[in-house]
Amino acid sequence: MDSAAIAEHIPRLRRYARALAGDSHRADDLVQDTLERALSKFHLWRHGSDLRAWMFSIMHNVFINQLKARRELALDEATEAALESAPQSDPLQLRDLDAALRRLPAEQREVLLLVGLEQLSYVEASQALDVPIGTVMSRLSRGRERLRVLMSDVKLSDATSATNLKVVK
Amino acid sequence: MSNITETDLHAYADGQLDDARRVQVEAYLAHDPAAAECVRVWREQNEALRALYNPVLNEPLPQRLLALRAPRRRWPAYAIAAGMMGLGFALGWMAQSHRTDPFVEAAALPRRAAIAYAVYAPEVRHPVEVGADQQDHLVKWLSKRLGSELKAPVLTQQGFELVGGRLLPGGKGPVAQFMYQDAKGQRITLYVSHRDAEPRDTAFRFSQEDKVGVFYWIDGKLGYALSGEMARANLLAVATVVYRQLNP
Repeated sequence: MDSAAIAEHIPRLRRYARALAGDSHRADDLVQDTLERALSKFHLWRHGSDLRAWMFSIMHNVFINQLKARRELALDEATEAALESAPQSDPLQLRDLDAALRRLPAEQREVLLLVGLEQLSYVEASQALDVPIGTVMSRLSRGRERLRVLMSDVKLSDATSATNLKVVK
Repeated sequence: MSNITETDLHAYADGQLDDARRVQVEAYLAHDPAAAECVRVWREQNEALRALYNPVLNEPLPQRLLALRAPRRRWPAYAIAAGMMGLGFALGWMAQSHRTDPFVEAAALPRRAAIAYAVYAPEVRHPVEVGADQQDHLVKWLSKRLGSELKAPVLTQQGFELVGGRLLPGGKGPVAQFMYQDAKGQRITLYVSHRDAEPRDTAFRFSQEDKVGVFYWIDGKLGYALSGEMARANLLAVATVVYRQLNP
């Protein structure tokens, strides 16, 4: 019955993983590793606590380990600042929201998705990520602002290419 | 109103404020167009994220996840043993519930209930098939179609009156939907589905399906889901009353 309880969360874990990891194969790898780990650690789960938040915290750990293995560790503030100030090198690749998400530091992407997509409360998100709630709020704030800028770049580049077309005509 | 912080604005955009604070933030936003614009953008981001990734919920699960395949090599032996036990449980459970895929069933209940809510709750002229004025007939009819004795809970003390009910197609056959409404016209629905899998009981679970909150539980042969667009705590209070009335 325990693994059935875990299984109920698969569709939502997949949704979150897809948004977090991008392509569906990588996302399902993430889900599979998370499920295996959850099954093997199920005795550590405190009965009565929120199973879903616990699953998200496992997925967070698996995700961070995968990033480390691929040397794509979450960007710290310094690299992030460098990115902000760097000229927009490839605005055309930012075709949509999914592409914009890829350009967020992983730690901001996680918070943005746990709150905006999975609709976790801030407290649940702070538990899942094992960080103080103030950290959740600052990542949320920076993530949202960054996403806004990235998305407006998309619109801008669309507008530019439309203008260019007119000129060519 | 200068005590409104950025955290309040985020919490407002995410629907995480209680009613009192929400009113204060709304008053604040009315006089701060820049803040209101921020909130609008954040909400738009949330909606865009859900629009983009919600379809994943309805994808058939890949076989490798359904099977919860044996753990890969990097886990130590004790973990593999524990994982295999879990796998045994899962497979055993899948076997006994034969046609019903437990993964799909459990995930489907709140989602179906929320969709049924979203379709019928805004309906002005025909929210129900049979009105509360024929309550006895309604309950008998739905009980007969579901093959289980149903009850329509009385939620008058919570401020909700029965509007009526209807029969809906579910994943595995007929489903009943009871609709209630309060004095302000706010509606909630109780969605009841009959399960042909092994009877079992589950605790209360909550699922947020876009704007619709759903508390759901399984009680023997019946799956229940109470849906509404209201604060989680308020919905939980009603769900608790419903549960107690169904399990006196």
